[in-house]
Amino acid sequence: MAQVVIRSLNKKFDEVHAVKDVNLDIRDKEFVVLVGPSGCGKTTTLRMVAGLESITSGRIMIDDKVINELPPMDRDIAMVFQNYALYPHMSVYDNMAFGLKMRKFDKPNIARRVQEAAEILGIQELLRRKPRQLSGGQRQRVALGRAIVRHPQVFLFDEPLSNLDAKLRVQMRVELKKLHDRLGTTAIYVTHDQVEAMTLGDRVVVMKDGYVQQVGEPLELYNEPANRFVAGFLGSPAMNFATVKVSQENGAVWAANAGMQIKAPAEFTNRLGRYVGQEITLGIRPEDLYVASAADPAELGFDVVVEVVERLGSEILLDVAVGTDTMVASVEPHVRANIHDRMRLALNPQRLHFFDMQSEAAI
Amino acid sequence: MTFTSVAAPSAYAGSPKRGPVTRLLEDERWLAILLLLPTLVLLGLFIAYPFFKGVELSVTDTKVGVPGQFVGLQNFEKIWNDSIFHVAVWNTCLYTFVTTVFKLVLGLWLALLLNNHFKGKAFTRAFILLPFIIPTVLSTLAWKWMFDPTFSVINWMLFQLGIIHARINWLGDPNLALISVMIVNVWRGVPFYAISLLAGLQTISPELHEAAAIDGARAWQRFRHVTWPLLLPVTLVIVLFSVIQTFADFQLVYVLTGGGPANATQLFATYAYQLGIGTGLLSEGATISLAIFPVLLLVVIVQLLYIRRVETL
Amino acid sequence: MIEGAIWRRWVFFYFPLTAFIVALLFPFYWMVITTIRPDSELYRPWNAPNYAPFWTWNPTLVHIKDLLTETLFSTWMLNTMIISLAATGISLFCGLLAGYALSRLKFPFAGSLGTMIFITYLVPQTLLFIPLADIIRNFHLGDTPWALILTYPTFLIPFCTWLMMGYFKSIPKELEECARIDGATRWKAMVYIIFPIAVPGILSAGIFAFTLSWNEFLYALVFLSSPEQKTVPVGVTSELIRGDVFYWGELMAGALLGSIPVAFVYSFFVEHYVASLTGSVKG
Repeated sequence: MAQVVIRSLNKKFDEVHAVKDVNLDIRDKEFVVLVGPSGCGKTTTLRMVAGLESITSGRIMIDDKVINELPPMDRDIAMVFQNYALYPHMSVYDNMAFGLKMRKFDKPNIARRVQEAAEILGIQELLRRKPRQLSGGQRQRVALGRAIVRHPQVFLFDEPLSNLDAKLRVQMRVELKKLHDRLGTTAIYVTHDQVEAMTLGDRVVVMKDGYVQQVGEPLELYNEPANRFVAGFLGSPAMNFATVKVSQENGAVWAANAGMQIKAPAEFTNRLGRYVGQEITLGIRPEDLYVASAADPAELGFDVVVEVVERLGSEILLDVAVGTDTMVASVEPHVRANIHDRMRLALNPQRLHFFDMQSEAAI
Repeated sequence: MTFTSVAAPSAYAGSPKRGPVTRLLEDERWLAILLLLPTLVLLGLFIAYPFFKGVELSVTDTKVGVPGQFVGLQNFEKIWNDSIFHVAVWNTCLYTFVTTVFKLVLGLWLALLLNNHFKGKAFTRAFILLPFIIPTVLSTLAWKWMFDPTFSVINWMLFQLGIIHARINWLGDPNLALISVMIVNVWRGVPFYAISLLAGLQTISPELHEAAAIDGARAWQRFRHVTWPLLLPVTLVIVLFSVIQTFADFQLVYVLTGGGPANATQLFATYAYQLGIGTGLLSEGATISLAIFPVLLLVVIVQLLYIRRVETL
Repeated sequence: MIEGAIWRRWVFFYFPLTAFIVALLFPFYWMVITTIRPDSELYRPWNAPNYAPFWTWNPTLVHIKDLLTETLFSTWMLNTMIISLAATGISLFCGLLAGYALSRLKFPFAGSLGTMIFITYLVPQTLLFIPLADIIRNFHLGDTPWALILTYPTFLIPFCTWLMMGYFKSIPKELEECARIDGATRWKAMVYIIFPIAVPGILSAGIFAFTLSWNEFLYALVFLSSPEQKTVPVGVTSELIRGDVFYWGELMAGALLGSIPVAFVYSFFVEHYVASLTGSVKG
């Protein structure tokens, strides 16, 4: 059993307040991803769990035991670093055996564990080699092997895939997922890549400026972002935002600006009620915009001018001008569109998002 | 869990009990103290302590076997009025200045030459450092032999070339002695300058020279506008280090002339040796040694200021 | 390569380079020649017609033999070797630990201590030798190898520390962090992970330290008095002169043989030597 509980965690580096009041409950066997832009505090949080940074205030507990004062060697965790951190003067075997040697395992047990881990990762032939003789992907596996060989209570990952090329990254992502399914060890994974977060995490924690923005399952965060930052961070291409003014007419709420006039669906009427006369942010994802047909209601569409056409094969991305804003729409590959075309786009009202202008929270 | 091997003992039932020493050494600060202790003890005992003792000596009248009493600044007055001391100051300053200039110019020239590709380059570089590697007194002895008034091979060469007819008494002529000593110092120092400057040169990307050449700069201009400014930091470090070493130089003069003839080559270090060890006037010798301190201080301050400036760039 | 006409290459490059090489290496050539010339040829006045300095038709090993059998030269070699190795050992030990602390640990006054150690590197022996002589006598270390073994580290440690600091800084800190997570204490991470990786640096520092020890003269001159205790540099310059007579054959033989260990070490490790030399300058 290895649940990790983080309570009111804070970290200050001299003047910089890097981690602000983070609370997190990680269940046993869960794979939690901390994601956010650089400087958001995700790596610092991870390092505090590892014991590599001191804790300014708050508690970290593994299985109800407070580990704040324990040195890294006594926390029974394993970490995979972005640069792999393989010991260059040791063979792959010795790299993997090092942790067990430090814990005074005897030779036969070490051999058995290293073999086992090597088989799981498919690196048996590499055991005698030195790290400098390995490719990036192979080093990555050895780093993983070194971690799993210890059967730790918690795995920590610090952007392990960032140094791999795109294709390898996709491959390793899948392997990591399979590995977690197989081993079932609790894991905390840090990355700045939202794709990794969405695909790998049982739950995702979005951080910004030291604060936790939202915690939840990937799709939950995708479909119901708590604020504008989370909405814009997950999903690629990113969600479109437009500043609109709220007005009320005949019991229905409208959001409008220079380029569009959208009627908000019924469920928003109450929530948007108190914003009448004010400006708010409207959000709609590119995939929820499509070329309007005659059957689409007028109040759910708007006219645009095409500025850029990107044909990807599986979809077409249109950069369009809407009044004074630009938006990106992701449409079906058979759509005919060219630069400077005028067309009409419609949106899916169930997929509309609104955000408060000041607090940026979802409405 | 799909592991079949030996299960690890549950970590949280019992984290290994760590002894107080282990826990102490896990603290960065205590570990640092322990690691620095041997160094600090040795340096404290044999640099800091002697330094203060030297200051103490300079304000007493200690002689060998005779403990001294406090005499205030008497020693400093004595050397201030000592004509030999004046000569030593002048000699040391001249010696340092002239040799540094020559070492820098010749060293730079040699570094520029070595910065090209030619057959046997690695070999040459290795041999060039020999004057610096070989023990100074031993190579200085060779020079003493080369300068010998009766048997000098240099005299022979100059004679053969028709440049001289009477012998040159390199080390015995008061007018020439200091020059001879400077020659040996430059000979010994050029390799150090050359190799260090060469390393500095090699950090200058050749593309910069190429760009300058395309822009129309000729060799001398390229040197003045591209090479020299980029080389300045390294040069400064080398020169500062060399200055303090040369100012405090002892071995060369001791072996070649012992300070003579008639104090023509007397330097701070040799005079201090003569007074302190030779005649046993410890306090007066220590006072002379301390005269080196202001120069050291100046060099250290310049170095520190310079390093601070470079680090903020 | 120097661009341009061939004559330019010769004038601006080959000629000056050759001149430098000849000037720098001539004294050693002279040392070798003198060592193997018989006395009869050595002592000819410079303007005598039969002065033929650059070679000899009657090479002899007499000077070397005399040096080894009739003087304490071999004792001096042994002394110097022991002292140099011991001083190097101590300095490397201290330099390794101090360099690690200063470059990889965070603690108050780290910067100031580093600067202080750097400053002691600049302090010349001539500033301290007189009070040190007194201190050595008070500790009853006078005229023993310990006087040198304990004082040489004063100029070796700062250099070793500095060099090792540079080396350690190039090793990524993730390696220690990973080792500590793997179960190593800070001490074990330092010894099992960082030190083995820094071996080339340790080698460079050790070679340079050995050379500096071997070459040291002033402290050896002042702290040692009996002929059996002397080191090579001091012994050769003081004991090979009887009265006012310089036995140049033996002197040059002593100079030559006394240089061999250092030259030997140097030849095997030229790259390391140059690296430490330039490393100390580029700081």
